[in-house]
Amino acid sequence: MEILIPLLILFPFAVAAVLVFLRKQKVRDIVMYTGSVLVMVLAGLVLFFWIQNGCTPIELFVNTHLVDSLMLAVEFFLMGLVAALCGRRHKYLIVLLSVTQTLLLAWLELFGPALPEMAHIRIDRLSILMCLIVAVIGGLICLYAVGYMRGYHHHHKEFRDRRPFFFAMLFVFLGAMFGLVLSENLLWIDFFWEITSICSFLLIGYTQTEEAIHNSLRALWMNLLGGLGFAVAITYSALSLSTVSLQAVVSQGAVIPVALLAFAGLTKSAQFPFSQWLLGAMVAPTPTSALLHSATMVKAGVYMLLRLSPALNDTLTGQMVALIGGFTFFAASLLAISQSDGKKVLAYSTISNLGLITACAGVGMHETVWAAIFLLIFHAVSKSMLFQDVGAVENALGSRDIEDMQALMLRLPRLASIMVIGIAGMFLAPFGMLISKWAALKAFVDADNVLLVLLLAFGSATTMFYWTKWLGRILSISRVRMAHDVTKPNEWVSLYAHAVFMVLLCATFPLLSGWVVDPMLTEMFSVSVQVLSTDNMLLMIIMLCCIFLLPSCSYLFTRNLSHRYVISYMGGANAGDNNHFVDSLGEKKELQISNWYMTDLFGEKRLLHPCIIISAAGLAVMLCIILVGGAV
Amino acid sequence: MDITRVLSCVGYILLAPFLGGLLDGMDRKISARMQGRRGPSVFQPFYDIVKLFNKQIFLVNRSQFFMVVSYLVFVIFSGALIFAGYDLLMGFFALTTAAMFLVLAACSTHSPFGALASQRELLQMMAYEPMVLLTCVGFYLATGSFQVAEITQNTWSPIVYLPGFFLGFSFILTIKMRKSPFDLSTGHHAHQEMVRGVTTEMVGSLYAVTEIAEWYENVMLLGILALFFINQNPLSWPLAILAVLAVYFLEILVDNTAARLKWDKVFSSSWLVTLLCGGLNLLVLDLVIHLL
Repeated sequence: MEILIPLLILFPFAVAAVLVFLRKQKVRDIVMYTGSVLVMVLAGLVLFFWIQNGCTPIELFVNTHLVDSLMLAVEFFLMGLVAALCGRRHKYLIVLLSVTQTLLLAWLELFGPALPEMAHIRIDRLSILMCLIVAVIGGLICLYAVGYMRGYHHHHKEFRDRRPFFFAMLFVFLGAMFGLVLSENLLWIDFFWEITSICSFLLIGYTQTEEAIHNSLRALWMNLLGGLGFAVAITYSALSLSTVSLQAVVSQGAVIPVALLAFAGLTKSAQFPFSQWLLGAMVAPTPTSALLHSATMVKAGVYMLLRLSPALNDTLTGQMVALIGGFTFFAASLLAISQSDGKKVLAYSTISNLGLITACAGVGMHETVWAAIFLLIFHAVSKSMLFQDVGAVENALGSRDIEDMQALMLRLPRLASIMVIGIAGMFLAPFGMLISKWAALKAFVDADNVLLVLLLAFGSATTMFYWTKWLGRILSISRVRMAHDVTKPNEWVSLYAHAVFMVLLCATFPLLSGWVVDPMLTEMFSVSVQVLSTDNMLLMIIMLCCIFLLPSCSYLFTRNLSHRYVISYMGGANAGDNNHFVDSLGEKKELQISNWYMTDLFGEKRLLHPCIIISAAGLAVMLCIILVGGAV
Repeated sequence: MDITRVLSCVGYILLAPFLGGLLDGMDRKISARMQGRRGPSVFQPFYDIVKLFNKQIFLVNRSQFFMVVSYLVFVIFSGALIFAGYDLLMGFFALTTAAMFLVLAACSTHSPFGALASQRELLQMMAYEPMVLLTCVGFYLATGSFQVAEITQNTWSPIVYLPGFFLGFSFILTIKMRKSPFDLSTGHHAHQEMVRGVTTEMVGSLYAVTEIAEWYENVMLLGILALFFINQNPLSWPLAILAVLAVYFLEILVDNTAARLKWDKVFSSSWLVTLLCGGLNLLVLDLVIHLL
């Protein structure tokens, strides 16, 4: 383990360093393939040795002076990078944010009080799970990126081809995520936290268009604001609690550091009022969206909140986190209704789901955390799959608008089937997310949080609306222009792997619950309770069988059925097929059917700013109360 | 699992369509009387079904068949769950899946009326879904369980704690049963706005299947309504049946006296009622439980 863990964290950085200097496409592709596969293998090895070790938490690396100084140097380099990039665009506030936190932590490390010795790395069930998600989903996204980016630059000649840099950043991201989830020392976590912030800033700005630069700067300031909260939390706990260990801070339940760390978690997981950065991230090529929205960036935020959750139960900070999460779940799902851009719907749905996870973490009971971990797993797989799928559809159709996906099942059957699996996984009984929703609803009632119950009830209804609308579009049948599937083999590998994972996760969720999630809760809360009863597990599995058996049964029964095809009813104005009608002048017109977006009711223009203002005011007031109360 | 639960489940699967059909027949008869007509026999719905099954099958496309059958299977499944005494919330989740299959069946046709109605059906689902979830929460708070078998084993009727939920649930029942003023996506009257709405493209036996599924669904929903009244005491059963029939009569009355609303009114009124009846009741119930 002493060798394996540093290797897991450093290997992606090494691959990134190699990728920057590779100009030959063939060689670069080979490095990408072997790099992603090796990352998965390494994570698998870590899992193997950890299981051999009896699945108990392992703590490593007490003496790390050399590494600490190295990290400090890198932090100063990053500060310089941010200062140079933002200073050039006269964004001095961002420079100030970056300089303040770096100097604060540098002061703490160089001149601060001597802290007791501690292990810097801690491997437990949650970090192993996160490592696996990052390695498998992240690795697959890297595979997908190879093929996708080739197509992307083929279609978008107007952007400068900076692929070596892009691929390198993907791997840096993975390395930083491994470091983040495996570290126990808050200074180390903050180091990796900052790397992910800056990485995402660089990735979002990839195309260097005016919009991309604007959005990337917004992502940067929001995440650096959270980073500042992180830095203050570390300084405070070092000075007044004399510890920088995450475990110690959580077990002591110190109000101020926990609140500030939770604040940092909220910014990174794109909760309202900080959701804008994640929506803006859509301008980047698809692998970025998939990586940011599913496996890494946003998961870092909820990972932090989950770590904090034992300290959030029944506290004002927990209330704040839960309310912001619940509000985000509801508001983002309302806003998703009015969107017809496929990627934007996915982005809003991500924010909404993260809101639910955040709310669960904020309540901080073992039942809610059970639900949160399930949501995290299912969301990572299905969202990454959907983003890649929409990206592939966009490459084939030249559009990612849901309205253009009419009859996708006929035009691009393989991509459409994967999309159906992904969408079903997001909201439909008996698939993954619903189990968590069941558990979350029950736990919110147990926690006596009426407001959260209401937000969940209303939010579920709106969630169903926008997903079913999309599903109906794909499955509708009409004669439309056929499309040419241009998806490359490496993209297929990633897409199929995701689909298989999704189905496996759904089919084996009782095992997942018994072997992975329940022991994790025992570790975090030292209680062991079965959250989902055997009855309900059985029911879910019966439903799953129904869903898979029905199409085949129905096909068998109707195969020999004598029937006649007719054209659909148009009040007698048919023009001979289902796609045309005769207008009042007797001319043949094409029939266009479109979904309902209710923009005047749920549009961004109407809802977005009020939502941001309400949540910002709520967050500010509660944070002030908590901090002042904690200080007094 | 004890024998009464098995019997109740099997009873639902076998008898619900007959009960549902009879209720439908009564509905037609009472409606006709309210409109000053004689009306058909109460067995007319069954004659209709037999006739529909004997008709030649017209399909707009094949996939519609699978979706309609899935609709029926999931409705039966959710009803069977609840009548067998299982989890209320799971039952409603399955019912949502069923409703979604109906929407997909309507979407799949590329028919202007079917497609328009499918979007309206979705809007209606969005309108009633919060109240359905809150009703489950209400039962859980009042009785400490989502399991129907345990809810019925109390010494008092849940309605004592859940009057607001009862009102709210009856309100959204009007949407679920496709009664005026909420029959936007499809209704039972001749004066339709969009031909036959979601069922426009369903002909013959396909339409018969949706009709039967609707009967199953109605019996299940009325069963939930009865759950508000049922307790250990056998005397609560006749009371529950009376209450359910009374609500059903009221639905028919409203259906025959109200005009169709526009979609925004349907949506806002349902959410408002959900918040006022369900939300307030939930808040009060939460406080009461804390005080006791």
